[in-house]
Amino acid sequence: MAKASRKTVFVDSDVLILGGGFGGCGAAYEAGYWDRDAKIVLVEKANIERSGAVAHGLAAINCYMGMRWGENNPEDHVRYARADMLGLTREDLGYDNARHVDSTVHKFEEWGLPIMRDAETGRYLRQGKWQIMIHGESYKPIIAEAARKTATEVYNRIMITHLVKDKNDPERIAGAVGFGVRDGKYYVFRSKSVIVAAGGASHIYRPRSIGEGSGRAWYAPWSSASAYGLLIPLGVKMTQMENKIVLTRFKDGYGPVGAWFLLLKSHAENALGEKYEPRWFETIKGMVGDYAEQHPFPTCLRNHAMIEEIKAGRGPIYMRTEHVLDTDDKEEKGWEDFLDMTVGQAVVWASMNIDPKEDPSELIPSEPYVMGSHATCSGAWASGPQDISPDDYHWGYNRMLTIKGLFGAGDTIGGTAHGFSSGSHTEGRLAGKSAVEYAGDMKGSKPELDDREIERLKGEVFKPLDNYLVGSNEVVAGEVNPNFITPFQGLQRLEKIMDEYVGGVSSLYVTNGHMLNRGLEMLGMLKEDLDKIGAEDLHQLQRAWELNHRVWTSESVTRHTLFREETRWPGYYYRGDHPNLDDENWHVFTGSTYDPKTGEWHMEKLPQHHLFS
Amino acid sequence: MPTFVDMTKCDGCGQCVDICPSDIMHIDKTTRRAYNIEPNFCWECFSCVKSCPQHAIDVRGYADFAPLGHKVRVHRDEEGGKVHWLIGYRDGREKEFTFPIRTTPWGSIPAAQEHQAPGPNDIKSPQLAHEPTALKIDSLPTLEEAQNRG
Ligand SMILES: Cc1cc2nc3c(=O)[nH]c(=O)nc-3n(C[C@H](O)[C@H](O)[C@H](O)COP(=O)(O)OP(=O)(O)OC[C@H]3O[C@@H](n4cnc5c(N)ncnc54)[C@H](O)[C@@H]3O)c2cc1C
Ligand code: SF4
Ligand code: SF4
Repeated sequence: MAKASRKTVFVDSDVLILGGGFGGCGAAYEAGYWDRDAKIVLVEKANIERSGAVAHGLAAINCYMGMRWGENNPEDHVRYARADMLGLTREDLGYDNARHVDSTVHKFEEWGLPIMRDAETGRYLRQGKWQIMIHGESYKPIIAEAARKTATEVYNRIMITHLVKDKNDPERIAGAVGFGVRDGKYYVFRSKSVIVAAGGASHIYRPRSIGEGSGRAWYAPWSSASAYGLLIPLGVKMTQMENKIVLTRFKDGYGPVGAWFLLLKSHAENALGEKYEPRWFETIKGMVGDYAEQHPFPTCLRNHAMIEEIKAGRGPIYMRTEHVLDTDDKEEKGWEDFLDMTVGQAVVWASMNIDPKEDPSELIPSEPYVMGSHATCSGAWASGPQDISPDDYHWGYNRMLTIKGLFGAGDTIGGTAHGFSSGSHTEGRLAGKSAVEYAGDMKGSKPELDDREIERLKGEVFKPLDNYLVGSNEVVAGEVNPNFITPFQGLQRLEKIMDEYVGGVSSLYVTNGHMLNRGLEMLGMLKEDLDKIGAEDLHQLQRAWELNHRVWTSESVTRHTLFREETRWPGYYYRGDHPNLDDENWHVFTGSTYDPKTGEWHMEKLPQHHLFS
Repeated sequence: MPTFVDMTKCDGCGQCVDICPSDIMHIDKTTRRAYNIEPNFCWECFSCVKSCPQHAIDVRGYADFAPLGHKVRVHRDEEGGKVHWLIGYRDGREKEFTFPIRTTPWGSIPAAQEHQAPGPNDIKSPQLAHEPTALKIDSLPTLEEAQNRG
């Protein structure tokens, strides 16, 4: 195992992009387009060729308007996302993504992404109103190629651990630090602007599969909550962190259901062969009122019907694939859907002798996830575009967070549900353009790092290696040690807390104020123990910092869940003590800001403005 | 154990180590060959499988739920722009699929800087690179238009 050299390396830039997934790659391209002299540095903990949520590839682009064919207008997408989120989305940010997203997708096609066409109309083949079908095995390498060509420098295999503020201005960003997962060096990035595009979070909650299969999480196991874990301790304002997402997926393999429901027109039934959703409509209406009347029926409410059906003793729930695969073309599309983006589901079929042409497949609601670009919108509170946003949603630059010069994109940004891959790339482009503009405006004024702080952080970054080395000397062998816990032991503790107290699968997503407060106590002690994580090598050091980011994120999720005293999204989670949706008091965003000086959390209600009828 | 490596085929080249998004393909010190150090953090994304020049990496479904006796093999033909899959069922049935992966040559995407530079004040406009041309409509939609549509 590689030893950490701990040599310090300084890298300067105008635009620093943290995370080379869909948001980060979009940001690099756009920043390079607008300023030909700017130094653009992209830093990634893996290898941008195959990193992030799209490492497999994808089979669909889930956000495309089709304005050139008059298919949809951007405001219709805002209405759709709003309905799916039961009223709460940042409509300014959503509109902005939607009005630009077509140019992103057209660029993807020009770059070489094979987009399927409808043989009759010649238009892109629609999976549903917003989704188009692609042959997307190489989606990520293609997007990465454009970013790599454009960025001044790309640093792969560097785990960013902390953001750092300016020495003289605590409201201004100055860069980030981290370590080389391969070379063990301490990297200090100084930059005029910083874009956080580090993706969402899996493994916050204990997964349904807890052995080897815990790797087959719905969101990638490497989606380590860094986007939130980097921002929260710095004091950046977060929003909707309670809005975790539970996904109805093919059981165990977590194969996506979109193409099956929308394109192939398959449907779900209970074990008795009944379509069960209508049965739950009246109870759902009792909980959420008129929001139940929306079309399409919101994602969380469909989960709710499934959960209730299972509780009523009529599981398993089946996806009746065998009714719809009646042509070779449809069979190929069904298989490609998984081979492009969730090969593990094909492995499940092969291992269980399930031929989708002959046999149905079980569906299940997953454990909860925390992210911002799917049918949910957890993330940072961001400034919107000047020509769209109401005054209190706009402070200077588009996609700037509540610290000067700090931007975000994709899963990082709160309020922008249903952006998906194309929306995240688009949001990255918006952030990239703003960041380069900001850096240009700051021309004469370079941010300054506080040397003492940089040295202190260096000690903190490598501490888990020291903990392990020193602690291990006291015991014969093995990982039972009174001085430290390993990152995995810490992760299991975290997942147990979140599962049992904050609405995971073991309580069927139910929590209440008492449980959340108890959860916060347990999280508080886990946070103290983060100082005592022991890492055997650089790989484990990466795991240690992923755990750190997950724990900060989890605390934020728990505090937001406690703050919102209603059940806004049945099927995602339930406040047992506030079982119904309460628009009178909670038609607002939740906001939180951690104060790094005092360690206090400030919770607030943030206004929901509707821009469209 | 999600991915595993065939001792006789692996030559220790490190391609899989370089690509794995989870940083779990490592070279074993003693055998100088690759192995999966943390199977419970493997997504079965097949990135390493596709990258291995020796076809030395295979996948055995997660022990939690996948019965033995299956195989899912892949050959990604970058030059030919195709990916080939072979699915082998536990009961011996097989299926094969081939899908396109790219329509342009690898490396052909121009850097953003290779496109004509925008005008000095264009950065103040709400447009992104290549817009409105790349939108394939006349102009970038505005809030007023949207609100007028009602
Ligand atoms: C199974 C699945 C199916 C999906 N299906 C679709 C679909 O059909 N259509 C669609 O449009 N979208 C789909 N999506 C959603 C889409 O993948 C995401 O919306 C999108 O990737 C989010 O972009 P992002 O940039 O925020 O995050 P990511 O693309 O995940 O990128 C985050 C990047 O940050 C890096 N990173 C994280 N932490 C650090 C750190 N500390 N230091 C350095 N780097 C770091 C990561 O390695 C990664 O490269 C799917 C996602 C999944 C998982
Ligand atoms: S890519 Fe293949 S040959 Fe090279 S180290 Fe990995 S398993 Fe061995
Ligand atoms: S399948 Fe993916 S996650 Fe698993 S070892 Fe290979 S590259 Fe890593």
